Amino acid sequence: MSATPELHAVESTDPVTVPRRVALVRPDTRPAVRRSDERYVMTFPHLIVREVILFQVVVVALSLAALAFDAPLEGIANPIETPNPAKAPWYFLGLQELLHYFPPIVAGVLLPALVVLSLAVIPYARINLTAGPLWASGKKRAALALAAVAAALFVLFAAFGCWPIAVPTLLTAGAMFAARGGERGGPVRRALQRVTLPEWIMTWFVVIATLLTVIGTFFRGPGWTLVWPWVGPI
Amino acid sequence: MSATRASLTDWIRGSSVYRSIVRHGIADTNRNRSLVIFENLFLHVHPVKVREKTLRFSHTYWLGGITLVSSLVLIATGILLMFYYHPSVPQAYRDMKELNYVVDNGLFLRNLHRWAAHLMVFAAFLHMLRVFYHRAYRPPRQFNWVVGVVLLIVTLLLSYTGYLLPWDQLAFWGVSVGTNMAKEAPLVGERIRFLLLGGNVVSENALLRFYVLHCVVLPVALLLFLSVHIWRVRKDGGVQGPPSGVDDPRHEETP
Repeated sequence: MSATPELHAVESTDPVTVPRRVALVRPDTRPAVRRSDERYVMTFPHLIVREVILFQVVVVALSLAALAFDAPLEGIANPIETPNPAKAPWYFLGLQELLHYFPPIVAGVLLPALVVLSLAVIPYARINLTAGPLWASGKKRAALALAAVAAALFVLFAAFGCWPIAVPTLLTAGAMFAARGGERGGPVRRALQRVTLPEWIMTWFVVIATLLTVIGTFFRGPGWTLVWPWVGPI
Repeated sequence: MSATRASLTDWIRGSSVYRSIVRHGIADTNRNRSLVIFENLFLHVHPVKVREKTLRFSHTYWLGGITLVSSLVLIATGILLMFYYHPSVPQAYRDMKELNYVVDNGLFLRNLHRWAAHLMVFAAFLHMLRVFYHRAYRPPRQFNWVVGVVLLIVTLLLSYTGYLLPWDQLAFWGVSVGTNMAKEAPLVGERIRFLLLGGNVVSENALLRFYVLHCVVLPVALLLFLSVHIWRVRKDGGVQGPPSGVDDPRHEETP
């Protein structure tokens, strides 16, 4: 028999808005059960009207964009005339930028597969369900382990010359350790102190993905050399 | 004048044809407001009542909604574009020129499809981040998160297959770069690429395959997974906003 989970009794108090209910609730259970009091409104008109407005706003905004900016159209496809640089659509330019640093099997297959896999398993990893503020426990071992992982990642990516990953790794680790003991610091450090480990990891990933995409989109020219976006056509 | 209009609408609402389509009266009572929702095939994915808090902007930033609306715009404009498009070389490119210079509002139509596609990819990314930082993937929503990841991939594939269809230099080389990456997958890479392109290089066969994927296979996949995704939002207790109070694992119990 496994350890008895920690249980909370939650009871709602207003029988008019929410039916009175009593439930035994485990800490990792569905949030809706643990909410005690809530006001409800009729879906029609409150939600439906908002949905209609959202639809209209998006359609109008897209129409204005379509009036103002024309979709690009270049010359007819020519297999013997390779443009320099040949670029993928913007959402794949992060991957294409990775190709500059890593062998194709790593940049084109291994890393994307890892990203998709990591995304898919997020809700099934226990740490993502229960993690509190990273430094709440104040364990020294955890800090050492995290520092070691961050240093190892930095060295690994720096060895490949992949600074768009190595530098954000360093910065994220810096912010993460600045958060340590942040409850006694200023407002920024106090906010950082509340961040959980899964959030640190996701933020690290988002910063890197954004940076790689921006570099690939705006800062790469002929021969995939670094260029300024305002020099020559993108 | 307004009296005439009122009596006209009354007459329409009272007619047996109208009553056969819309069975409830004017939505001026909570009973009729409930009927609006659950007597309508499209609206009954909603519950009759929703938590007031979920309507706040900061609850979801409406990002899933923006993604959905852009996909609706894409379906509408996409069907119209199909009337003017032949998936063959070099007719595909000529059709682009026709759309830009000959077809009434053809350029507007193509622009709308293009920008809606970018918006859909971008909003889907942001929606995913919003759900992550609000921890809305927690039980009972785990599986819906996975469905969302599948939807993100389908969205990327839709955008990517559509990228080839104009058959200009941008399309041809953008797709060539991407499919060259697929080639690198061990053992199956070459075969996957051959299957995708219907040959060893991006050619007329690839155009036809991407067209079928873009206009039939992937939209059907999108609609299927989207239905599951939206249906499960309701089944899992409605949209989940930022965790607060006891919902937040960071919440410290006060004795």
